[in-house]
Amino acid sequence: MATETKQTSEPDGVLRLGGPGLAAEPTGDIHEIETDHLEVSMGPQHPSTHGVLRLKVKLDGEWVTEVQPEIGYLHRGVEKIAENRTYFQFLTITDRLDYVAAMACNAAYAVAVEKLAGLTVPPRAELCRVIVQELDRIASHLVSVGTYGLDLGATSPFIYAFRDRETILDLLEMVCGARLTYSYIRVGGVARDLPEGEWRTRFRQFLDEFPPMLDEQDTLLSENEIFLLRTRGVGVLPPEVAVNYGTSGPVLRGSGVAYDVRRSKPYGLYPQLDFNVVTRPTGDCLARYQVRVEEMRQSVKILRQCDQLLDEIPPGEVLAKGARGVKPAAGEAYASVESPRGEMGVYLISDGSNKPYRLKWRSPSFVNLSVLSAIGRGWKVADLVAIIGSIDPVFGDVDR
Amino acid sequence: MEYVVMAAKAVVVFALVSGSMPFIVWAERKVMADAQARIGPNRVGPFGILQSFADALKLIFKEDVVPTGIDKRIFYLAPILSIIPALITFAVVPYGGPDLKLFGYPVGYVADLKDVGILYVFAVTTLGVYGIVLAGWASNNKYSLMGALRSSAQMISYEILLGLSIMGVVIGSGSLSLVEIVQAQATPYFGVIPGIWLFAQPLGFLIFLIASLAEANRVPFDLPEAESELVAGFHTEYSSFKFAMFFMAEYINLLTLSGVITTLFLGGWLGPGVDRFPILGVLYFSVKTVALVYFFIWLRATLPRLRYDQLMRFAWKVMLPAALINIFITAYWVAR
Repeated sequence: MATETKQTSEPDGVLRLGGPGLAAEPTGDIHEIETDHLEVSMGPQHPSTHGVLRLKVKLDGEWVTEVQPEIGYLHRGVEKIAENRTYFQFLTITDRLDYVAAMACNAAYAVAVEKLAGLTVPPRAELCRVIVQELDRIASHLVSVGTYGLDLGATSPFIYAFRDRETILDLLEMVCGARLTYSYIRVGGVARDLPEGEWRTRFRQFLDEFPPMLDEQDTLLSENEIFLLRTRGVGVLPPEVAVNYGTSGPVLRGSGVAYDVRRSKPYGLYPQLDFNVVTRPTGDCLARYQVRVEEMRQSVKILRQCDQLLDEIPPGEVLAKGARGVKPAAGEAYASVESPRGEMGVYLISDGSNKPYRLKWRSPSFVNLSVLSAIGRGWKVADLVAIIGSIDPVFGDVDR
Repeated sequence: MEYVVMAAKAVVVFALVSGSMPFIVWAERKVMADAQARIGPNRVGPFGILQSFADALKLIFKEDVVPTGIDKRIFYLAPILSIIPALITFAVVPYGGPDLKLFGYPVGYVADLKDVGILYVFAVTTLGVYGIVLAGWASNNKYSLMGALRSSAQMISYEILLGLSIMGVVIGSGSLSLVEIVQAQATPYFGVIPGIWLFAQPLGFLIFLIASLAEANRVPFDLPEAESELVAGFHTEYSSFKFAMFFMAEYINLLTLSGVITTLFLGGWLGPGVDRFPILGVLYFSVKTVALVYFFIWLRATLPRLRYDQLMRFAWKVMLPAALINIFITAYWVAR
């Protein structure tokens, strides 16, 4: 099995990484035959790229000698749109960034505006935020893990994942009326309190039923010899490179770096909650997959604590006073949350009006994707698919 | 008269084999749906059984897109070359014993090629690779070409295994004729265990089964059309009925290989009571074949796909030595 990762220093002095294919240096007579490199354009309409990613790939037979991601096919100028909307209005646009985990986008923006304007979020609203964010994290990881199986040719785990995700989407639909574009977390709080009665019953039922379902689905992949052959030791991302590229989320934690915004730069209710930051030391595709699966279990753990807190924190105000027409004083602020894909940060500059002067979105998918040209070299085409899947980019978030 | 009977048998078998293909596709979708907590096709006809016919009709009426810069003759020829071998392989597979007679003529098989038999099966299935290679070559598409290259390498490697894994059966039966191979399985071991080659040649059976999966491009060896890497592999540029022909060839191959495995290892038409009522043999043969098809579909619902080099390494470094060992053991046993 090819597990070794090569590091080469090219003339430009930049550290390059790559798989075992880079070892195919001219050594014997057979290698002196001049062979053509095949240039293939994977995407933007290609079944495995999870959206509109285009990869310029150079192939030497089945080996990838160079890979260059090309992005921008989904660019909508979100950051410019922000300059023409009031702080409260722009929230609905954030749904369209990471559309697989829109709650995290809502939260990132809301947290940043609150920091800039000095708004205090009511405790009940903080609790609602944690619950919907963790539910959404599970839903997002289910999509990621399910489609990862699909990338490697296993069709059944995908369907199982989407069956469980459906339950979460139903729950979130009961909360805010939308299944993907929630706009539930608002600047200064949340849109409304969580429903009582049936929602609560179904929420608890989900917490009980989901862990065994997840185990069943995980067994199909992580105990399958073929899946392990395809992912173990493939696309290794060493921790120092992961940090240098600025990756975050499961991509970083899969390389053994315990960085989780929920712990490292705590926000909301998270300091009170008990959960583990999941890491794996190996940094290969399997590690990134395992981190996601384990994070779902941790999210369930958080949600169980929240279920108790729902009885302890009395219902009441869920939106801070003056949030609707918020007009922050001139200044700037950066705040971030842990989205399912990593550190999702918003940098805001205010000129004292009711519209942002400038908004910068630090999207985790974009940063994580940038590592692809470094770790994608020297692997087979089939591995490239496995590596993209394990990075799990969402193109609404990459292109903004 | 003999030729008329032969022609009639050929037409009936041809019609049954190609006519069963829509039902295999339907069965695959239903079984997969069952494994995946879905319902599957249920709108067209009872239990959605006519879905495949609706799909076939749709494919025929689709626009036939022919890309520019292709080698036209080969582009048109390739799907035909891939479906014909799939259809004619069944000619030597016996679905009933020599006792199954209609008006005094044996109708248990289309032809019993005494001297070549099993060699005919391999010769014809090997031809199937031409359709795929030529399709990839003629399409003027990089994905098609890569799919075709993978496919040819894969099929050639696994055909060697197909051939080697049945050597044990051939040595044990002392014949290449498929009818005689089945008849050699009639005597039970120790008077109780069915005398099928599955029990005497478990290793050979396993290798043949795995190699058949690769030969039929089924999961986990469906690399030539691995959609996550190669879009649709060798048939990326094919549309309309030309695509349907590749699709049909694939499923008919699945059926044919199941039939061949049944014949070689599971005792073909043999079963209780077949001596007195030879017509039961057809039933036994069908049940065994359908069970194998079900097994292949089940695998597809469970397994991911291997990587190209892993697949080749598995063929040459694991399966080939195992097949050779199997031959040595069998030869020693027989010569003893």
